Amino acid sequence: MQISNQKLMEMYSIMVRIRLFEERVSKEFAAGNIPGFVHVYLGEEAVATGACANLRTDDYITSTHRGHGHLIAKGGHTDLMMAELFGRKTGYCHGKGGSMHIADTELGILGANGIVGAGIPIAGGAALSAQMRGTDQVVICFLGDGASNRGTFHEAVNMAACWNLPVVYVIENNLYAEKTRITETSRVANLADRATAYGIPDVTVDGNDVIAVYEAVHEAVARARKGGGPTLVECKTYRWHGHFEGDPQTYKPKEEVEAWMKRDPIPAFRRKVVEMGAVTEAIAGQVDREIAEEIENTVKFARESPFPLPEEILQDVFA
Amino acid sequence: MREIGFNQAITEALDAEMARDPSVFIIGEDIGEPWGGSFGQFRGLAEKYGTKRIRDTPISETAILGGAIGAAATGMRPVAAMMFVDFLGVSGDELLNQLQMRYMYGGKIKLPITIIAASGAGASAAAQHSKSLHGWLLNVQGLKVVAPSTPYDAKGLLRSCIRDDNPVVFLTHKLLGGVTGQVPDGDFTVPIGKADIKRQGKDVTVVALALMVHRALSAAQKLQEKGISVEVIDARTVKPLDKQAIFDSVKKTGRLVIMDEEPVTGSWASEVAAAVAEEAFDHLDAPIKRVCAPDTPVPFSPVLERAWMPSEEALIKAVEGVM
Repeated sequence: MQISNQKLMEMYSIMVRIRLFEERVSKEFAAGNIPGFVHVYLGEEAVATGACANLRTDDYITSTHRGHGHLIAKGGHTDLMMAELFGRKTGYCHGKGGSMHIADTELGILGANGIVGAGIPIAGGAALSAQMRGTDQVVICFLGDGASNRGTFHEAVNMAACWNLPVVYVIENNLYAEKTRITETSRVANLADRATAYGIPDVTVDGNDVIAVYEAVHEAVARARKGGGPTLVECKTYRWHGHFEGDPQTYKPKEEVEAWMKRDPIPAFRRKVVEMGAVTEAIAGQVDREIAEEIENTVKFARESPFPLPEEILQDVFA
Repeated sequence: MREIGFNQAITEALDAEMARDPSVFIIGEDIGEPWGGSFGQFRGLAEKYGTKRIRDTPISETAILGGAIGAAATGMRPVAAMMFVDFLGVSGDELLNQLQMRYMYGGKIKLPITIIAASGAGASAAAQHSKSLHGWLLNVQGLKVVAPSTPYDAKGLLRSCIRDDNPVVFLTHKLLGGVTGQVPDGDFTVPIGKADIKRQGKDVTVVALALMVHRALSAAQKLQEKGISVEVIDARTVKPLDKQAIFDSVKKTGRLVIMDEEPVTGSWASEVAAAVAEEAFDHLDAPIKRVCAPDTPVPFSPVLERAWMPSEEALIKAVEGVM
């Protein structure tokens, strides 16, 4: 399919933004500037980017515990994200949520979620809402290979299929649910094969190829928007870091890590778009510099922001 | 005013709110025709509002409550019909972790959800279909819980629950289905968080909810004949508790007995007792008593179940004990 130069450029920028944001998060966490625990999206950038490039601002996403990439791809503000990670008052949730609970309803981001698989029924509800309100909004529900083994997956996908809801399930199969390999917890070669059980279409793509992800999700989103119901898209990818920052990752074979690191989705895409003439090396370099500066500023913003006041504990319990 | 049944009051409240607000819809198992829900409280609504707004679901409690959350976060006002309150355990994560979205997201999302579920023992339904759970629900932050005892309160409270911008659990005791009472014509609501004095008295305050209010009223009548004047307070709302109404009554009577259909440990009764002990201790002339169920699951056999449930006799004994 024909993808405009502008779209290609946009996808390149978003992947770089996710990459630099996450590299910085990893660094700031190691330095002790981010409390709690964080799960970074390094290596999986092409999935969120290619999927969300098909959405409008008023479309929805539900995210996961590894949500930073999804939020950035849906337009999330990196400064508000970083401030939240730092536990500051200026953060997305005023310091009440942290890494796993960032939402931006104006951008259709229905939240990262600390419970694996919990976003799947919520995505169905948002899709039902869109259908009942008579809009053509679409929901992308991101979930991991681990979440595909939860009961929420079965209940919610089945219900969405029965009701023909406008939702696209994007499984990010990064091979590991926490530390456990998917081959130990599933007998199907492709998790997307499970779509058969719900009578919905499925597609499996290389999750490190942003164009492949974009095209697969493009078709699924178009179908959902026209009332054609849900699709299950599996993106095969790899989590460069551990389940959480600080995870020693002794469960990953060295050769496997090396092989996947060679398949870094960003330089491959950059070479491709430069070859295609969609972007020049000079412009790509400029994008890199601008985003590096943006990320630097997010840390400055977070550091200089005040912490919330203890009395704010009592706020936002009830509407 | 008209005389209607408890279930009829619920149907009327749902009907009125669905007519009033097109964003209200009901999602749950077997709520459509011909059953209209396991207790018939949704009967006729699917015919009137269509199956798009009265959504019969697969047996998928997680998807029902999770779906309600997603819909509420995006502009709808769902009523999640969970059938039996025991089934909230099936959607435990949605209840416990997902309904807390508003707080976690720094107040950015509002979740106007009414969770309607049947509670209570007395139908020989055994441990998985007989719980009350309101004490357990006290510990879910960000949640309001109501448990009415009369058709008037049921109709008025349910309308308030649906209009509330927060998640509220509306509990309907199974044995109240046949209870009738006077209900005004037209639009009225009963505010969440407001107790009601169901019987005035001067010697002892009895605080109760739902079915227990009826047992307390019956006991109060018998105690009157023995010369003891009991004030019966129907808390109506489990959380937020109308502490002031209870304190005011205790100031008058000096004695407090709480009747609560739940295992005693960690019960709602314990919370009421603690509130009075902390904030109105000086007004007490006798120790606070709790008339609750024992710390066991709800048994099946009618003989065992009767013994399990807090009885009128047990309440009479407790009241006499504090005199």
